[in-house]
Amino acid sequence: MSKAFDIISNEVLTYRQQLIALAQLGESTDDTLRYSDAYYEAKAKGALCDLNEGCMPFRPRYICPDYELLFEKGCKFLELDPPTDLLEAVNVLEIFYAHVPSITTYPVYLGDLDKLLEPFVLKEDRAFAKKVLRQFLLQIDKVLTDSFVHADIGPADSVTARLLLELTEEMQLAIPNLTLRYDPELTSDDFALACIKCMLKTAKPSFANHRMFVKEWGERYAIASCYNGLQIAGGGFTLPRMRLYECSLDAKSPEDFLENELKKYMDLQLEYMDKRVKFIVEQSSFFKSNFLVTEGFVKLENFTGMFGVVGLAECCNHLLGIEDKKQGFGMNEEATALGIRIMDRIESYVAAHEAPYCDSCGHRYRLHAQVGIDTDGMDDSPGTRIPIGVEPTMLEQLEVNEKFHPYFPTGTGDIFKFEETYLKTPEAILPIIKGSLANGLRYFSGYLENNDVVRVTGYLVKKSEIEKLRQKKQSLNNVTVFGMGAQDGGHALDRRVQHHEESAGQ
Amino acid sequence: MTAGCSTMKRAPVNKIIPFSNVDGPGNRTSIFFQGCPFNCLFCHNPETIHMCRNCGACVPGCPVGALSVDADGKVQWNHRACVQCDACIKTCPHDASPRVRWMTVEEVMREIHRTAPYIGGITTSGGECTLRNEFLIDLFSEVKKLGKTCLIDSNGSFDFSADPRVLAVSDGVMLDVKAVGEAWNNTLISHDRATVLKNLDYLLRVNKLYEVRTIIFPGRDQENEETVRYVAERIGGACFYKIIRYRPFGVREQYQKLLGEDTTDADYAERFAALARSLGAEKAYVV
Repeated sequence: MSKAFDIISNEVLTYRQQLIALAQLGESTDDTLRYSDAYYEAKAKGALCDLNEGCMPFRPRYICPDYELLFEKGCKFLELDPPTDLLEAVNVLEIFYAHVPSITTYPVYLGDLDKLLEPFVLKEDRAFAKKVLRQFLLQIDKVLTDSFVHADIGPADSVTARLLLELTEEMQLAIPNLTLRYDPELTSDDFALACIKCMLKTAKPSFANHRMFVKEWGERYAIASCYNGLQIAGGGFTLPRMRLYECSLDAKSPEDFLENELKKYMDLQLEYMDKRVKFIVEQSSFFKSNFLVTEGFVKLENFTGMFGVVGLAECCNHLLGIEDKKQGFGMNEEATALGIRIMDRIESYVAAHEAPYCDSCGHRYRLHAQVGIDTDGMDDSPGTRIPIGVEPTMLEQLEVNEKFHPYFPTGTGDIFKFEETYLKTPEAILPIIKGSLANGLRYFSGYLENNDVVRVTGYLVKKSEIEKLRQKKQSLNNVTVFGMGAQDGGHALDRRVQHHEESAGQ
Repeated sequence: MTAGCSTMKRAPVNKIIPFSNVDGPGNRTSIFFQGCPFNCLFCHNPETIHMCRNCGACVPGCPVGALSVDADGKVQWNHRACVQCDACIKTCPHDASPRVRWMTVEEVMREIHRTAPYIGGITTSGGECTLRNEFLIDLFSEVKKLGKTCLIDSNGSFDFSADPRVLAVSDGVMLDVKAVGEAWNNTLISHDRATVLKNLDYLLRVNKLYEVRTIIFPGRDQENEETVRYVAERIGGACFYKIIRYRPFGVREQYQKLLGEDTTDADYAERFAALARSLGAEKAYVV
């Protein structure tokens, strides 16, 4: 049987999922875009991974349109006028979203929804506005059926943000992913607490370190897909990743790795990125004829390449001969210090590389702590995270994270699972978030132990949807299958739970 | 390290919990001191009651060799080797623990400096932390320099009015009022209740009562009501009133038989919170 037949006859895939799979299959039939033999060897060994981005990229991986421009000028190609009220605004967005491509075929950035919609919401009665926003969120969940669809709110409080939080909690949907840009001066404690309450009940929003992102990107940055920092009216061309554990397997010593092996794989990943970026810009039609480009919703100069790494913990443990993960990276100063040396080396090496295009970033790629994929198993932990199952106390986990998050302007993050008593004490979480962001944490996610909507590695799924797949039933959300893989192979839902102090009070 | 070996102020610390959400408002670092003058039947960490007698009974049972007897016959605990399996405290015939560190204020502060960015303050607990008042005074003075709050979790055995120094550097007390009726108190606590009740009034008067806690036992209608009524009528809306459901987890077996092997029903506990609120203790809640 052919691969196409397998897809067509697969009863667990929805029609859209079949369509996407068939498109990927079609793309894989062309090998115009070639890399060096050494690259293919490294890929075959699992040291480098292209995240199944496809052989012939026909759009940048992540696209973050300028929705403010859409509201200001409308869209000629889609024959949309600038909206004049809330119903029109929501309608314009819904239409536009359907035409924003990405690696997933769905838009990975829906805009700063509070800022975009607030002027229209304020003109309406609150109950009416809430009803409209409810339909808007329902439309997103049922039509943009992919958990990498992501919306942003904050840093300031607004009626729209509050309505979105209320609805998020009431509706219990996995889509869209949601981020609060948190700034200790611009975000009130009351608003932050409302976000924490919502996060405990629905695993969103996450908290992004607004000051850190603004310093790197300016005010006009987006948090897209899992937790990816990118420029608005721009995006990310491509995201390959070094699987650092596999990269370390041939190294004779930590020094050999730092001096030789690491450089070898970085060169190959850079070669891959350079060729791919040039292909997307020069060969594929996107930057020549797509209306997003021709009407200025995205600009070529605002895109960059995302240089991904994964599995730093396992890499360090392997290089130091540490077999017991409990004594390894995150719990062991020597391993953590080696991690810093490796990241310093990667950071300076990538910063020295002249990248094609990427004008706004000074012709440079930016680092990304890739969050892992369902087939990684336990070999490579996400980005620079401490492996699941051996996490130390939350304090120690935060301290390690704070050392590594600053390396990754295009995104990293960690996730903390809380037990039930935190529902009653959200004010116990706020100082943790404030303290860690002030100390260099980039992105904080949390959820409650027993929720249906949970954060797997960076994206959200419903546990009940994973159950559907297990029973060979279709799941509308394209990402549920990744969640199932990450749960089975990577134990991604078994992370340490932050407990209250159990011996107190009796 | 033992108490007498140093001129520096040291106190026996059973445990430091970096982040706690149940020991006062917000996120707090909780410091548990060893030793308690009470012997409450329902205590679910009875290993914090007595000081180690160096009998050595726990040493052979440690699965990772973290315990030893030194040349002076003292039980030594290697906290780096310890895996917190609790085998030692289950073995201990004296309701004590070998896992105690005699720490200086500087050593405790080193831990607090690490947690300081993430917490609103600290809470000292036990055991009974007011047995270590001199230590607390120094500790709180240092913590205050960091702009953090200091709460005392106390069983009320120390008469706060007799020596106001520790209150002067603390932000408030979380006071256990376990039993008001004399007979019930004597069964439950093995200690006179007069000082506890005196503290309740005194702390209210000097505005240093952050919270009162009472445990509700299954089936003890009269005893539960007597205590809740007494407390609620006094505190009114001045502080929180935490109504705690009795949980048999960790309670010594012989006392489980007396007090019950079931957790207090949530609805039953809620009745007493409602009673407290009806008597004016508007900030009464069940945990």
